Amino acid sequence: MASLTIEKLSKTFGAVDVIREANLEIADGEFVVFVGPSGCGKSTLLRLIAGLEEVSSGDIRIDGVSVVRRAAADRGVAMVFQSYALYPHMTVRENLSFGLENVRMPRAEIAKRVDHAAKLLRIDPYLDRKPRQLSGGQRQRVAIGRAITRDPKIFLFDEPLSNLDAELRVLMRLEISRLHNRLGNTMIYVTHDQVEAMTMADRIVVLRAGVIEQVGAPLELYNAPRNKFVAGFIGSPRMNFIPGRITRVGGTDFDLDCDGLGAVTLPLGGRALSAGQFVSFGVRPEDMLLAADGANAWRFKVDVIEQHGSSTYLHCSAPSGEVLLHVPGQSTQREGEQVIARPAPGRWHLFGSDEQRIVEKRA
Amino acid sequence: MAEAWAFIARRRGGIRADWTDWVTYGYLMLGVVVMLAPVLWVVLSSFKSEGNLMEFPPTLWPEAVKTVSVKGYARALPLYRVTMPDGQEATLAQVRRVGIEAQMVNPARPDAGLLTVPVESATPIRRFHLGTENYEKLLTSAGGRIWSSIYNTVFITVVATVITLVMNSMAAFALSKYKFRGSDTALLAILATLMVPATIVLVPIYLIVSELGLVNSLWGVILPVISTPTGVFLLRQYMLTIPDELLEAARMDHASEWRIFWRLVLPLATPALAVVAIFSIMSRWNDFLLPLVILNKPEVYTLQLALAGYSDENGIQYGMLLAMTTLTALPLALGFIFLQRYITTGIASTGIK
Repeated sequence: MASLTIEKLSKTFGAVDVIREANLEIADGEFVVFVGPSGCGKSTLLRLIAGLEEVSSGDIRIDGVSVVRRAAADRGVAMVFQSYALYPHMTVRENLSFGLENVRMPRAEIAKRVDHAAKLLRIDPYLDRKPRQLSGGQRQRVAIGRAITRDPKIFLFDEPLSNLDAELRVLMRLEISRLHNRLGNTMIYVTHDQVEAMTMADRIVVLRAGVIEQVGAPLELYNAPRNKFVAGFIGSPRMNFIPGRITRVGGTDFDLDCDGLGAVTLPLGGRALSAGQFVSFGVRPEDMLLAADGANAWRFKVDVIEQHGSSTYLHCSAPSGEVLLHVPGQSTQREGEQVIARPAPGRWHLFGSDEQRIVEKRA
Repeated sequence: MAEAWAFIARRRGGIRADWTDWVTYGYLMLGVVVMLAPVLWVVLSSFKSEGNLMEFPPTLWPEAVKTVSVKGYARALPLYRVTMPDGQEATLAQVRRVGIEAQMVNPARPDAGLLTVPVESATPIRRFHLGTENYEKLLTSAGGRIWSSIYNTVFITVVATVITLVMNSMAAFALSKYKFRGSDTALLAILATLMVPATIVLVPIYLIVSELGLVNSLWGVILPVISTPTGVFLLRQYMLTIPDELLEAARMDHASEWRIFWRLVLPLATPALAVVAIFSIMSRWNDFLLPLVILNKPEVYTLQLALAGYSDENGIQYGMLLAMTTLTALPLALGFIFLQRYITTGIASTGIK
């Protein structure tokens, strides 16, 4: 059982606020992913939990017990580092048992644990090799194995897959997910790759500039981003944003005039809008549907077509910038042609000038 | 062997030897001759007998006159090639020399009696001869005092190097891996001592050592310079390249700072430690000034002091001096030959070129 509570946690390096008043609850057994662009403080947050950085203010509790005054080793957490941080002069076996030797665990118990971890991660054939004789994926497994042997309450992963090639990354992603299913421990995983976040997480924590922007299940974040940043960060390829102005607000619908693209009428859905308001219209590439006629739709000029076989990406230009359309199947459009498209009903968002999503209210 | 030759015969770029190759090899050969010739001369000369050493013109190889035992003569007689008055050449053994004449005997027919020949018509028959008498004399003379000098030097070198490594690496560990107030100042202060010439602190060091009652004690030579600014700096620079993540991982693995130092930092800093060790061994082995000031009794003399003892107001005992120089230089030379790889990689990796 290991739950984690973060309360009003702040961290400053000199005059720089790296983490600002973060609050977070992580339940036992959850797989939580911290995601955000580089420099958003996600690694710092992880290191604060690990005890590798000193907390400036606030509290971190594991199972309800404050750990901010405890040394990293005594918090019951284990960390997998981005660089793996394997001890280069020790064999894999020594790497796995080093931490256990330090707490003077009996030899038989150490051997049992090392054996268990090695079998679990299928690194038992390499136990007597040095880290430099291993491939990237194997090193990664050893690093995870070292965490497993310590039998921690919480596993911390700091961008563990960023040094692997794309193919291996997909494999290891799967393996870590399986590991979580098998061990059932609480795991916190830091990444800048939103695909990793989407595929692995029970819950995602999106950070920007030291502030937690949104916490939620992957699809919750995907379907109902709280603000423009989360909307743009989660989902690949990223959401299209088209700036526009509300020209008319009716009882059930409103008119949106997008810069240089013309006006469309969209259902209001209980949104609090006012005529003349500037908004940002957000729609994901796959939620732009190609249309046959130009009524209540936009026209775009196709710049580049990317055929992926099963689907096609149309890179279109609009006066306000590039708009990406993702259409199923193999498109017959040509570069330079005009396409007509309209947003799928209910699959678009409006963001106000404060970047917050203007939420619809069911009547 | 083939690999070694391929390395030695390496050429610039293509297959054909460029003129730059000739220049390069010529320059390198010149360097080899300039560096190696004096050393070889010392080593070869140390095997020459006293007479051979004093000869003019000197011989390159250690040589001795060939001798033969002749019936009727107790000791072996030196052989000479003699041009007889009739123009014939003969090989004769010299019995004695009187002024410009020598009395010779034919070793094949000793009964034929003595022949008197002028000295200038006889040339000694020489042969290559490695004379070990210099070494024998060196190792046995003065009641084997040389052995105590060897012991003193080895003791000073080994103990001082071990302490130097421990002290320097601990300082370097603190200066490279901990952030504390004044760490930069401390490093600068340590480096600043590099600007103080050793000769200037010699007298203060002597005063301190004598206050501590360590004059004529080997510790009096060991202790004053166990921590070296270059060693600290070199090790610190190297330890900076050890990733902090490794230390953090070890900390999460319940390793104490002491254990991190011994189990992680020291093994990973081996190349730099090797360099510091080599510098320390070299300077301790060859150190002259400090032992000269602090060690005044023959029984605590180091090799270098004993070596200096062979040239005094009574003249220079070349044979002993040469043999001892060879013996003294030998351990370092061997060390360099076998540890060369570590030295070069170590120096390259610590960034002091």
